[in-house]
Amino acid sequence: MLEHIELFFKSIFIDNMVFATFLGMCSYLAVSKKVSTAVGLGAAVIFVLAVTVPMNWLLDQYLLRDGALAWLGPEYADYNLSFLSFILFIATIATMVQLVEIVVEKFSPSLYNSLGIFLPLIAVNCAILGGSLFMQSRDIQTLGLAFNYGLSSGIGWFLAILAIAAIREKIRYSNVPAPLRGLGITFIITGLMAIGFMSFGGMLTGGDEAPKQTEVAVAATEAPKENMQEGLTADATQQDKLTETQLAATEKVAQDTNTVNE
Amino acid sequence: MGILSKKDAALISDPLLDNNPITIQVLGICSALAITAELKASIVMAVSVLFVMGLGNVVISLMRNIIPSKIRIIVQLVVVATLVIVVDQVLKAFAYELSKTLSVFVGLIITNCIIMGRFEAFALANGPKRSFLDGIGNAAGYGFILVVIGFFRELLGSGTLLGYKVLGDPIEKTGLYAIGYENNGFMLLSPMALIVVGIIIWVQRSKNPALIEEN
Repeated sequence: MLEHIELFFKSIFIDNMVFATFLGMCSYLAVSKKVSTAVGLGAAVIFVLAVTVPMNWLLDQYLLRDGALAWLGPEYADYNLSFLSFILFIATIATMVQLVEIVVEKFSPSLYNSLGIFLPLIAVNCAILGGSLFMQSRDIQTLGLAFNYGLSSGIGWFLAILAIAAIREKIRYSNVPAPLRGLGITFIITGLMAIGFMSFGGMLTGGDEAPKQTEVAVAATEAPKENMQEGLTADATQQDKLTETQLAATEKVAQDTNTVNE
Repeated sequence: MGILSKKDAALISDPLLDNNPITIQVLGICSALAITAELKASIVMAVSVLFVMGLGNVVISLMRNIIPSKIRIIVQLVVVATLVIVVDQVLKAFAYELSKTLSVFVGLIITNCIIMGRFEAFALANGPKRSFLDGIGNAAGYGFILVVIGFFRELLGSGTLLGYKVLGDPIEKTGLYAIGYENNGFMLLSPMALIVVGIIIWVQRSKNPALIEEN
């Protein structure tokens, strides 16, 4: 239960899809002019992520990963089909989106009308594929956790687009320097929001520092640098005191990067 | 440009500045931001996208008359996914460290909106040669911005370019560091990528006021 809660808050705030990993930025920027449309797209993203991440988890577990085919018989145990994951994941997503569209249209025309054109758009939203790929690379253990991960990442994305849409509605009345109007100021606001969201980095480390540290250290030696963002979060968890600035963490990552490169 | 007519040359030169996929069309932002902390990663990403877009545009353009329009999205996704798998496997084989740095973002080329956008907007309606040029042009525009962001973030963030210590050694205090210069570690963090893009947009639009948007 505890790990569910932890994953839930981690995916919404710390590893927020938009602010930490920049997934789904295209639709985030394009559809955030009005709060009402942003809500529609956000709801669709939550829905599709919560469906496709568990589906792809099953695919990964029983078809793609190293030794996943062992259930077919011992002679299949050596196969590693993980190079096919991109094409299978995207096929699942495209099919699911189509299926969801048909089902929703049949059973709930009002929801269908409010999601409208957003559903088909979602097939090519990087947040959806990114959710599945992160699920794979972060090695999510159970189907329940995978569902949780999909749902909470979706909620995180929803929060982000809702926030920026609300800000953009207000900023229309402000006197922004002409060349920055529209896209430019949206980028900069998103950057500032992302800095704000970085402060959630310490949220899950309060209290039980010692056991986590060893855990993170082991993980760090195993996979020195899976990804810039993940490195950052891991480093932030490693910090002894939360009062230490994030800059220290960055420098550490920079040094790690250098050592890895060398 | 002897081989190319003026119209064809414009296909390449337009997306570089005035119709840049990132700063004007707002496509393909996701990957542009996430992997630009190092110049090397940006360059590899730019080259990968160039490969996928050039070839993908040609393939889609060759098939444009036989793709039923109802399932065209799935056909496009399959074409891109195949090309991306090739890129991913090549990276894993020859540049393993780098493919670790890029992690899922190589896979995310599939959903890079520039690629789907160009397929929809151009390759489905034009012949293979023009589609190829269009693909190359847009990927180059995308790569150009990526390299600019990567250049500034790596130079200001870790004082290196492509891993070479161009500003001197921060530990032995040589070069610029001797006079008290410090790296701005903040540039390596993800939010700064957004702000750097914001500044690029600012500079570009103040040079060319025709691009300024309504608020």
